[in-house]
Amino acid sequence: MPQYFPPNSNAFVTWAVWGGGVFAVLMMIALPFYARTTNNNVGVPVAQPIDYPHNLHVVQVGLDCRYCHTTVETSSTASVPPTETCMGCHSQLRVGTPQTQAVVDSWNNGTPISWNRVHELPDFVYFNHSVHVNNGVGCSSCHGRVDEMAQIWKNEPMTMGWCLECHRNPETALRPVSEVFNMDYQPLAEPKAQLALGATLVETYHIDTDKLIQCSTCHR
Amino acid sequence: MSDSQLDLTQIRARLANQEGPDYWRSLDQLADTEEFQVFLQREFPRQAAPMEAGLERRDFLKLLGASMALAGLSACARPPLAHEKIVPYVKQPDQITPGKPLFFATAVTYGGYAEGVLAESHQGRPTKLEGNPDHPASLGATAAVTQAQVLSLYDPDRSQAYANGGTASTWEDASAALAGALAALPNGEGFALLTENVTSPTLASQIEEFLGKYPAARWYQYDPLHPDNAVAGARLAFGTDATAVHDLSKAAVVVALDADFMNSGPARLADARAFADARRIRRSTDTMNRLYQFETSPSNSASLADHRVALKPSDVAALAAALAAALGVQAPNATRPAAVSNELFDALVADLKANQGTSVVIAGEDQPPVVHALAHAMNQALGNVGKTVNYLQPAAARPAVHRDELTALVAGMNDGTVKALVVFDANPVYTAPASLDFASALAKVPFTARLGLYPDETAAAVDWTIPQAHFLETWSDARAFDGTVTIQQPLILPFYNGKSAHEVMAALNGNATAAGYDIVRNYWKANVTGSFDDFWRESVYRGTVAGSRAAAANVTAGAVTAALPTAAPIELKLVLDASLLDGRFANNGWLQELPKAFSNLTWDNAALVGPATAEELKLETGDMVKLSSNGRDLEAPVWVQPGHAPGAVTLALGYGRTHAGKVGSGVGVNGYLLLDHTVSGAAAATVTKTGAQYELASTQMHHSLEGTGERRYIVRSGTLAEFKEAPEHPHFVHPVAHHEADLYPNYEYKGYKWGMVIDQTVCTGCNACVVACQSENNIPIVGKAQVSKGREMHWIRVDNYYSGSIDAPEFFHQPMPCQQCEKAPCEPVCPVGATVHDSEGLNVMVYNRCVGTRYCSNNCPYKVRRFNWLQYAELATDATEMSLANNPDVSVRSRGVMEKCTYCTQRIATARIDASNEDRKIRDGEVVTACQAACPTQAIVFGDLNDTGSRVAGVKASPLNYWMLEELQTFPRTTYLAKVKNPNPALLNSEGRG
Repeated sequence: MPQYFPPNSNAFVTWAVWGGGVFAVLMMIALPFYARTTNNNVGVPVAQPIDYPHNLHVVQVGLDCRYCHTTVETSSTASVPPTETCMGCHSQLRVGTPQTQAVVDSWNNGTPISWNRVHELPDFVYFNHSVHVNNGVGCSSCHGRVDEMAQIWKNEPMTMGWCLECHRNPETALRPVSEVFNMDYQPLAEPKAQLALGATLVETYHIDTDKLIQCSTCHR
Repeated sequence: MSDSQLDLTQIRARLANQEGPDYWRSLDQLADTEEFQVFLQREFPRQAAPMEAGLERRDFLKLLGASMALAGLSACARPPLAHEKIVPYVKQPDQITPGKPLFFATAVTYGGYAEGVLAESHQGRPTKLEGNPDHPASLGATAAVTQAQVLSLYDPDRSQAYANGGTASTWEDASAALAGALAALPNGEGFALLTENVTSPTLASQIEEFLGKYPAARWYQYDPLHPDNAVAGARLAFGTDATAVHDLSKAAVVVALDADFMNSGPARLADARAFADARRIRRSTDTMNRLYQFETSPSNSASLADHRVALKPSDVAALAAALAAALGVQAPNATRPAAVSNELFDALVADLKANQGTSVVIAGEDQPPVVHALAHAMNQALGNVGKTVNYLQPAAARPAVHRDELTALVAGMNDGTVKALVVFDANPVYTAPASLDFASALAKVPFTARLGLYPDETAAAVDWTIPQAHFLETWSDARAFDGTVTIQQPLILPFYNGKSAHEVMAALNGNATAAGYDIVRNYWKANVTGSFDDFWRESVYRGTVAGSRAAAANVTAGAVTAALPTAAPIELKLVLDASLLDGRFANNGWLQELPKAFSNLTWDNAALVGPATAEELKLETGDMVKLSSNGRDLEAPVWVQPGHAPGAVTLALGYGRTHAGKVGSGVGVNGYLLLDHTVSGAAAATVTKTGAQYELASTQMHHSLEGTGERRYIVRSGTLAEFKEAPEHPHFVHPVAHHEADLYPNYEYKGYKWGMVIDQTVCTGCNACVVACQSENNIPIVGKAQVSKGREMHWIRVDNYYSGSIDAPEFFHQPMPCQQCEKAPCEPVCPVGATVHDSEGLNVMVYNRCVGTRYCSNNCPYKVRRFNWLQYAELATDATEMSLANNPDVSVRSRGVMEKCTYCTQRIATARIDASNEDRKIRDGEVVTACQAACPTQAIVFGDLNDTGSRVAGVKASPLNYWMLEELQTFPRTTYLAKVKNPNPALLNSEGRG
């Protein structure tokens, strides 16, 4: 009887099986790396239809965050201001530049300005600004030094893991409510002091730390 | 549904020999049919063919291969580069806070009568309706139909364009045509208006102005929802118009003559609340009222009856006459129906005589005017007037018997006197009695125009179609059953440039550019003294006009000499459907899929017959029969309904439409084809089997809790007397002692401890909670085929149970939301941890983790979990207008994800956040679940159990409190109060027990 299989068939099968196994393992390691949320566009400035510079308005003009983001203390969303807010000044100040002209056009035509969202969360996540702001989480804790940004970028990854870092240990990140809108505020340098302060604030503000790490707090 | 023979004699024998109460959900369960067994064993029965018909093995494999290749790494994508947009206002309205809803008071109308609502609006988009606590016809509650109205607003099948015959047109052309038609008829001779029941003071004054200008014009009213028989009955009794308004809080004895007073009629919500308040029982020392119900087909009100007898319609009338005679009222001669025994009749008369001034007799709309007149006379004889019954001036602008008005109109159309007809809102081509043949009469009218919400049967037959604005898009006003006026305000601009009745009427009065806002304001400016701005702000804000309740009507009932209806071997009752009403909601998917009380039918209507009639005519559920009445025929499927009177057939109107829209056309059979304008009650009919079969989709056998043969005391019920025997530990609440041996350790809930109690004593099974939950939580509909497989998605379902004989059972309704078990069987078995427990006691469902194993649903003994077998919800990529009805505070679930009742976790979260922002605790009553808010009888109570002063903690302390399937040691947070009935002590055996 003739040999159907050439002499190297044995080796071929052995290589194929072991190679396939190694390949499968490599895929199982490599693919999640490819697909993982990396830094989620942290630090990447987002272009906007009107090049609105936060640093100029906050530092030079002296606006508080709440001048425009009016509902941050009462609602889930901080809200982006209507054209009317911009027109409060720019109907008279710095009229004629391309940026302010776009604002005036929006006002005159009744077409709202379509901003690009920088901090985006999936639809099944329900984040509420007011409960954070009223309980000692500062704007800069999550959004960074907005007063130094000419174009806004994401300062933190906004992944669930990142949220949980604070939700599991709120003492590390809390500040007195009076300092929430203070861009310069830094957590206390000495870790033990910050933890002590944080623990006091958790008590004072009646923060239920059990509730912070439960699914129903953010997912409805 | 009818593979096996249901041997009714055998079932009757078995039930008769039963010792102790046995609760059954369906005849199939009693007969233990194969189909019942299938649904009992498997929550989701496997079908013979896994795919829809027509897919071969090769194609299946091809699809499988293709989807594998495409599915590949599609989930492993980087975050999308295109940014979501934030689009703020240009000029933001003062009150709007993005992220927080606003509530505006308006009213929904049925038959012209208003029921106040608070419409929840998210940044200008209405998403939910709640009741208006300040409105007398709502008291904070809503009916099931009202909850579904918000979906109708976004219905893409609504009338979107002006049309002249087949060609598109504009408002300018339509209003010009109206003016032209009017100008061609001097003095309006031959010009006719057809409206539904008008209670709107503004519209009434506009019509008055019109008739003043054109004295020869005529105004007709036809509204299938109008209580014609009540109006005719009042005229018969008093010789003038008066509305009977009941005060059931003062009634210890209520007699209902074919009256579903808690679920139908303009005062249903107010009556339901008042009746329930007088019936609610927590301790054995509380007093309870007593209800005697005499009716043909089981009704929601009868669920609360202490004594019920099923009588065919003519027998109800005969009983009314006999009862009236026994109370000393001069009434037509009648023999008491045999089904009402001497014992029951005598006890009833004695009970009424002992409760003079604290009793009330209510006649139902399906009974002819003579029965209404008898009821008025009886109330008068019993001294109830001014106490439990008050007579007020009618709220309708021009009270009329609509049947007669339509008959006169059709006569005019047929003989040519009507030369122009403008129809407001009504759909007479579909809803007019077939005996009038409205369609052919309409064809004879030279000029016809119609203002309507849908391009329906009437719109297809008229010359000019004007799209109507939905009530949520309209400025108007309306009166409630007691005359209270609500100024209706819109929540959103009309989507399709629709017009309101006011704007069309203004065009007829010569001003085609008047806006509804101005018209309504101008009316009230002319009719209000003092500061108009104050009046307007207060009235629009509150949803009621202060002091607008109707004045009393001084009326006395005379002797009743009209003839009683003649009996027939089989009497046909054509009734308004519980969900679709007269058919106007046929295109509303939520209402089509809402399981009817008792039969649990969805997506169809059926001819209901009693078991006795079914045996006699050898009918089974699903058989097609030919109903013939007054020379007209209709084929309909049969449903054998336990508790339905012998010698009668009940068919719901509102189905069998041809131009309802994508959802409603062709669903069910059209009962209007049998409707006769000369008949005010039930008509004689014959029923013949055709031999064909029809598949009905009922949810009755779905989600059974019966288990493997073990007796599970799911429904617990007893009498007030039994409760008094053992006030702290009634036997019927704890029939069997359970051995407690718990596997899981206890957890101490220190913060909020959410819990719910459902009071079965006052639950009428009206389904308001079901639709409220659907509206609040973005629950999709699945269609008839999927419902047949048990895949309906309602998070709360109302299980119906019967007890006693199949001919005269007692009725029980049990709303079943997720029980939120403290030791939930569904939690430990989820392989990905998608269902977990939180520190407040909620069993949390995390949609983004769920992979669709369905082990949780398998483990749930209450069968309250719902799985998205297919992509039922609209994806963002192919969303229609219907997605605008979604509540933004609740996730929309995709295919493959499990969902269930969450105790309205979004409402709890909102309250918790608000409380935290104000550094306080959540107060009792701050969190109201959707089901709790909607319930007309306040059967559902929700709150924090750790708050010792809360209402829910107080109710759970009642000795009637128990939880379902306690032997399983799940410790559910949702508990029930056993149903207590208050039968007449003189009728101690189960004589005519309701």
